[in-house]
Amino acid sequence: MSKAEAKPENQFEPKIIAFLCNWCTYAGADLAGTGRKEYQANVRIIKLPCTGGIDPLFLIKAFERGADGILVSGCHPGDCHYNSGNYHARRRWNVFRPLLEFCGINPDRIQFSWISAAEGGKWVETINGIVDAVRELGPFESYQKLNTIGPETTGEATAASGETG
Amino acid sequence: MQIEERKKIGYYPGCAITMGSSSEEYGTSVLRVSEEIGPELEEIHDWNCCGASSAHATNHKLSTALSIRNISLAEQSGYKEILAPCPMCSQRLIISQKDVADDEELKKDVADAIKMPCDGDVKIINYLELIKNYCMDEIAEKKKKTPKDLKIASYYGCLLLRPPKVLKFDDPENPTSMEEIVKATGATSVDWELKTNCCGGGFTLSRPDVVLKLTNDILECAADVGADAIAVACPMCHANLDMRQKKIGKEYNRKFDIPIVYISELIGLALDLGPISLGLNKHFIDTESVVNAFA
Amino acid sequence: MSKKIGVFVCHCGTNISATVDVEKVAEEAKKNNPGVSYTTTYKYMCSDPGQKLLRDKIKEEGLDGVVVAACSPKMHEHTFRNASKKAGMNPYHVEISNLREQCSWVHPDKPTGTEKSVDLVRMMTEKTRKDKSLNPIKVPVTRKALVIGGGIAGIQAALDIADAGHEVIMVEREPSIGGHMAQLSETFPTLDCSQCIMTPKMVELAQHENIKLYTWSEIESVDGYIGNFDIKIRMKARSVDLDLCTGCSSCWQVCPCKKIKSEFDMELGNRTAIYVPFPQAIPSKPVIDRENCILMKDARKRNIKPNDSKVCRKCLDSCPIAPVKAIDYNQVDEIVSEKVGAIIVATGYKELDDTSMYGEYGAGKYKDVITGLQFERLASASGPTEGEIQRPSDGKVPEIIVFIQCVGSRDPAKGCSYCSKTCCMYTAKHTMLYKHKVHDGHAFVFYIDIRCAGKDYEEFSMRAIEEEGATYLRGRVSRIYKKGEKLVVLGADTLTGSVVEIEADMVVLASAMKAQDDAEKFAQKLSIQYNKDKFLSEIHPKLKPVESSSAGIFLAGACQGPKDIPETVAQAGAAASKVLALLSADELEREPVVAKVDRLPAPIFSTCIGCFYCQRVCPYGAIEEEDIKARDGSTIKTVAKVNVGLCQGCGLCAATCRSKSVELAGFNDEQVFAEINSVEFN
Repeated sequence: MSKAEAKPENQFEPKIIAFLCNWCTYAGADLAGTGRKEYQANVRIIKLPCTGGIDPLFLIKAFERGADGILVSGCHPGDCHYNSGNYHARRRWNVFRPLLEFCGINPDRIQFSWISAAEGGKWVETINGIVDAVRELGPFESYQKLNTIGPETTGEATAASGETG
Repeated sequence: MQIEERKKIGYYPGCAITMGSSSEEYGTSVLRVSEEIGPELEEIHDWNCCGASSAHATNHKLSTALSIRNISLAEQSGYKEILAPCPMCSQRLIISQKDVADDEELKKDVADAIKMPCDGDVKIINYLELIKNYCMDEIAEKKKKTPKDLKIASYYGCLLLRPPKVLKFDDPENPTSMEEIVKATGATSVDWELKTNCCGGGFTLSRPDVVLKLTNDILECAADVGADAIAVACPMCHANLDMRQKKIGKEYNRKFDIPIVYISELIGLALDLGPISLGLNKHFIDTESVVNAFA
Repeated sequence: MSKKIGVFVCHCGTNISATVDVEKVAEEAKKNNPGVSYTTTYKYMCSDPGQKLLRDKIKEEGLDGVVVAACSPKMHEHTFRNASKKAGMNPYHVEISNLREQCSWVHPDKPTGTEKSVDLVRMMTEKTRKDKSLNPIKVPVTRKALVIGGGIAGIQAALDIADAGHEVIMVEREPSIGGHMAQLSETFPTLDCSQCIMTPKMVELAQHENIKLYTWSEIESVDGYIGNFDIKIRMKARSVDLDLCTGCSSCWQVCPCKKIKSEFDMELGNRTAIYVPFPQAIPSKPVIDRENCILMKDARKRNIKPNDSKVCRKCLDSCPIAPVKAIDYNQVDEIVSEKVGAIIVATGYKELDDTSMYGEYGAGKYKDVITGLQFERLASASGPTEGEIQRPSDGKVPEIIVFIQCVGSRDPAKGCSYCSKTCCMYTAKHTMLYKHKVHDGHAFVFYIDIRCAGKDYEEFSMRAIEEEGATYLRGRVSRIYKKGEKLVVLGADTLTGSVVEIEADMVVLASAMKAQDDAEKFAQKLSIQYNKDKFLSEIHPKLKPVESSSAGIFLAGACQGPKDIPETVAQAGAAASKVLALLSADELEREPVVAKVDRLPAPIFSTCIGCFYCQRVCPYGAIEEEDIKARDGSTIKTVAKVNVGLCQGCGLCAATCRSKSVELAGFNDEQVFAEINSVEFN
């Protein structure tokens, strides 16, 4: 079950981790559901109270574990449930972006967006957009390759599964 | 050499006020006054139509190119400022400048058309700006005559002030630049209501009925506050207000006889320049009363 | 140590099971995870039997962690946490996998949806494994409310709370309560006299045994948090002792400064320097206007105490109170403290008075171009003209009035895009009042749209047009100028495509309702949000319309956005009911999703290094400084501490912390990392 099921043309199916704020984008994603809006199934959502509470380490960790792309999405400027959390998130992202490049991660693999609780359609567009974009970029393997360097492996990149607990 | 040239201001007469045209007395008096109190004006070599009226109404790119060519010529001659006394010209030049600054594609097309670069930061000023920026002290210094009991209504019309976001000149609803100049000549400036109303310039030929109504309102308002003359800084306004007074009298049953003078003529009179040299003999409504006030 | 986790997969009828193989999801949850000791699927987990199943299994299987794979946590997280609590498990060990909104409804392909569902369940299983027991935070409640602003909104809210038996503190910055409603002549859509319905309420408030009224006072500071606010109130020097004064009127009758523009009459009438703003004022006791009183001016100029100035002592001399006079020139501002559990902000609005915005309407230079509130004063029986419509310049009764709507509203070019909502109705009312008083007069109204949505509103405005004969012209006015004694109004009638020129005697601008000048500063004082137009923001435009962004602070009336009286009163009642719910118990419970700075045994005490970056990012000022002291009382180090009463649980501090000393309960690093790590990557 670990590998993606054989897709029509055996295309690469990226895994996207989405860090969403509870109030706007998570609710926006719910709305897409309520509206039965279909989108690509490559996204896994992690809900946090606010984008401002997203530690950059979470993102690095996700890449290290093998995520091919990341979405960070919260409330529109001015709409933050916590007044200013999304502004902090935006500032942190501006500082974090060059660091990502430094870490050898193509910044195109990570997207930042504002999606409100009323924007189910925008959620669908955003997800389809990032999935297509990351599929274009191909799998993110460099960190996993490093992971496999160890006493008993030979270096062929195969993601080990279920090693954490 | 270079530095000295830059002190001069590029003079863009445009079609209406250049020698031999319908409002040449405006151009003549502007030049005559600047001879007396500066700053030195130098006609832009090989200038062409600014693109207002017909070009502007039919082909945006053409009218922009026409305007920009003049600005580029001025820039190449090293002028930092262009004086365009006719507000139709100054407005057209400024808007074209903004249009190419905002639109890269248009800028490229225009540059191709005029075979010159078009990104000069030459500042275009109208006549009121010129006087306010350079001549207020000089007028005070060289003023020879003070008129007796001459009440002047300053009339701006529309082109000097609008669109305010682009022209950024004075308060669009209640401008005061011309009043300050009027006061500097020693005349009394009267407060009146219609100084920024439209004279109907754009409808001069197509809808004379509209123009008659608008000019009647303006003249009536000036007459009601007791103005002896109306000062203008626009050849369109001048033409409408000066030429139509008799016709208005017929249409609206009110006889007007209000001289319409250019602000430059008024300054000239205060400097004691000859009325003929200022073109004051070329008006429809006799300006004698104004000239005599300065005697 | 390892938790025993139960996974309950819901079919949601067929909402989930149609496109997700729920049996497989349950199976995989167990197969891949030794910690999962029980799995099942059920048709409707949220139903009573579903909840019973959950409760029973927690007990039978001895579960200490639960994952419910069902719909969005926004729907039933609360339900399942409550159920587990009843079964004796700490509710914060329950996590929800959102299969319905995130899988079954959006991924019609069953294998795809199933695969994703398995992932989602695993993520939550791993998070559950790291969940800690949390207990609701209990905060004591001071059972007393503060109402800021004494207009109709504040009065209504204060009376509602006081009638329910709680103490209310009301603070009003003007000398009298009453607000704008006291200024109005008649009110739409019934045309009943505003004062007639307002003044009884004002009296009721003043006499209410549960209400303590501070007029001529302002909020100095607000500290504390929901249930426990510490308020400092600045009682501005009134120069009159409210206890001694009987409001006999002798002082203001003798005051020599008689030409001060009356704020209450919108500067159309005059008042004295010692004055009550209007006859029905509450309290009906005067205040000395220190800006304009000649004695105060003299004292300021000579830098002496007011009482030492001898310029004028007429009011003091006339005061019949003995032996101590009720007037005290030397009175100074006084700060008083109050403790309350809840706050209602009812600070109202201000009528647009920036005339420079409308140069085309004369920028304030024409006396006969007046605002809506000025017209109210003209039409009011207690106004400067005793209700006769006279134009301000010469007192002539206007034969033609032009009303211009949307002045300062719906005008993005002037930086004000919103609709003031009340103007269509009050303009219609103005035309009626005018026609009732000047029968042969004619009213013209320039409008953009007529927006009269409200019970009996449309009928009211149609009455103005059809029965009272007001001429409505759809278009804007481009210019007003003076021609002799008349004002020429130039406008467009867009329905006939023509230019309209009206020679009017008076022009009434339907001036916008703006936020108070100091709204922004005030909002910052209370840490509540405001929008671009400086109106205070509710937390949710639909479902939480009276709650501000700070817990325990509620909004009523036009401070939150333009509103008419019925709407204001309704909102005030709503805010009062929220306050009553809050004050109904001695303690209140809050979700324990709050931040915490670690504390460790000596000699480390805390990994916090005391940089206080967290303090800077906290939107609620919830980070305090705590000194860790040695036995001798000396400070070992100063570290951060979260005030759980103020903390709203956003996690900004945790993400900002350099030393990883702050964690957000329910979303700590371990929990989030567990989620990330459990995703099945290619």
